[in-house]
Amino acid sequence: MNATLLFVQALNGLQFGLILFLIAAGLTLVFGVMDFINLAHGVQYMVGAYLVAAFSAWTGSFGWALLLALPSALAFGLLLEVLVFRHLYDRDHLDQVLATFGVILFLNQGVKFVWGAAPLSVPVPELLSGSVEIASGLLYPVYRLAIIAAGLVVAALLYGLVNHTRVGMLVRAGASNASMVSALGVNIQRLFMIVFGFGAMLAGFAGAMVAPILSVEPGMGDNILILAFVVIVIGGIGSIRGAFLAALLIGLVDTVGRTFAPNLLRLFLDPAAASQTGRAIAPMLIYIFMAAVLFFRPSGLFPVKR
Amino acid sequence: MTELAETPSAPMPSLATRFEIVPIVLFAAFVAAPLFAMVSGAEGYVLSLLTRVMVFGIAAMALDLILGYGALVSFGHAAFLGLGGYAVGILASHGIEDLLVQIPVALAASAIFALITGAISLRTKGVYFIMITLAFGQMLYFLATSLAAYGGDDGMTLASRSLVAGSSILENDFTFYWVCLLCLLGAYAFSRSVVASRFGRVLRGTKENAIRMEAIGFQPFRYQLAAYVLSGMMAGLAGCLLANQAEFVSPAYMTWQRSGELIFMVVLGGLGSLHGAIIGAAAFLLLEEFLPEILHGLSFFLGEETRAHLAENWKMVFGPLLILIVLFVRGGIMGLLRRPHHG
Repeated sequence: MNATLLFVQALNGLQFGLILFLIAAGLTLVFGVMDFINLAHGVQYMVGAYLVAAFSAWTGSFGWALLLALPSALAFGLLLEVLVFRHLYDRDHLDQVLATFGVILFLNQGVKFVWGAAPLSVPVPELLSGSVEIASGLLYPVYRLAIIAAGLVVAALLYGLVNHTRVGMLVRAGASNASMVSALGVNIQRLFMIVFGFGAMLAGFAGAMVAPILSVEPGMGDNILILAFVVIVIGGIGSIRGAFLAALLIGLVDTVGRTFAPNLLRLFLDPAAASQTGRAIAPMLIYIFMAAVLFFRPSGLFPVKR
Repeated sequence: MTELAETPSAPMPSLATRFEIVPIVLFAAFVAAPLFAMVSGAEGYVLSLLTRVMVFGIAAMALDLILGYGALVSFGHAAFLGLGGYAVGILASHGIEDLLVQIPVALAASAIFALITGAISLRTKGVYFIMITLAFGQMLYFLATSLAAYGGDDGMTLASRSLVAGSSILENDFTFYWVCLLCLLGAYAFSRSVVASRFGRVLRGTKENAIRMEAIGFQPFRYQLAAYVLSGMMAGLAGCLLANQAEFVSPAYMTWQRSGELIFMVVLGGLGSLHGAIIGAAAFLLLEEFLPEILHGLSFFLGEETRAHLAENWKMVFGPLLILIVLFVRGGIMGLLRRPHHG
């Protein structure tokens, strides 16, 4: 019984970790290549979820909604880049934090303005609804498995793109030394735009994928943004590989910790106290984990060589 | 070597004396405000708004101490507001309602938290420092949400304001206002003397160039940590006052958005002048309070329904306003006040 619970929680953790990776991948590239702190990355995830909610209400099909939402999220990210972020690249981190904080305020209210404050729900696509039996007597929703598959596919694509294409090479070069890349005759402004738009699209994709299993509401990107930051800081800023491993670690630590912290504590404390402290400690686990990682490795697990 | 040549030591004292007029006007305004409140007819409202301004002024000033003078971007300073608030709330729920006990406990809790988290955070630099302070803030936030005995997610309402040496004088809004003003003045005078002291000069030197400070025999880490602890304690004091002002404590005190607002207050007022942070807090809170009405008034040419809609969605104006301020008002409000002098 305990083993199957652990297995299900591990799957949930994997799914959560992959969603985190989709968000963190864009964030770590933007951060690594442009040295730009984008707090508004979380609202791009929210916008992705809202777009898919709006399009699926319009077309009646999740597949079409996803196909429409991705280019829209890309276009939206590029619009933000041109309107706001472009003017912040040569500012210090403090200014970037504040201005992108302003973008969050605007967009959180903006979606309320357009779609209302009440949470929207997106139906799970017909094809992927229901559950499969993954072990005897153990049912798991197909859609969550689909998220895991999609996350793994995107991670593989991203790996290929970053490590085996010319653009990927420039991105990696940019993460180690952006001014050198620029000096070698690469149009760094365009590279920035590509990275930025791509990151926005990935975040939007993550938002679109979770829309059917979470409620789509204003501010849904705020907390996941912080987790994405935890991921990229643990992984090492600018490192896709680091972001991938850290995202899975965080997903597992968070999900499994929430279930098993009370159980583990029961070994030392009486049940009531154990469940009380367990519930208190579980959400703090990932932050304690991050503090521990940074204590021993102040620039993350896979620091990009400079 | 070139850097040495570029930075002749600025004549700080003369600059400082030139702008002393600003804090005097500021504090005179705070002293005169209760009179205005009595005349205005809405004295409870005006007093509670201004008390909030002063409390956040203390918190923003605390942040300015490390942000403006030490270039340490702490993105988790709201945690200290929460520590102060919960010190009041938790002690009060156990029958210890005297502010003379609550404040020392809050200060001690803040100091310990700042000492531990600061010692870890200061090992990192730049972006990593921003993120790790954010993580510690979140940690405390989630701890507060899980404190079921003390209200959990919903927070807890205080039965009354704290006592002072056994008497309930703080129940009077005017008295509470004066106490807050006294705390603000005290915190300001204290911060001023810290900044002007040898300690403050080392801190500023570290901000300019930590390696050089190390080379001439200082240990930047110790100074930064001490400043971080002082700053945390001041913000903890603000938390005590905030809990008494609202008569309510909740995890919402510690959200990362609140930390972001504190940073914004400091930058809006102008980094590194202390009273700038108070002005920034005032500007932020007053803008937040009156922007809906301002929008309603400015849009007189639109239909009534659109106007109401606009006022309701004031944050859609507030956000872009924030971006514009960052992009175009370098140096914040103090920078604007300063500019004419350079003429």
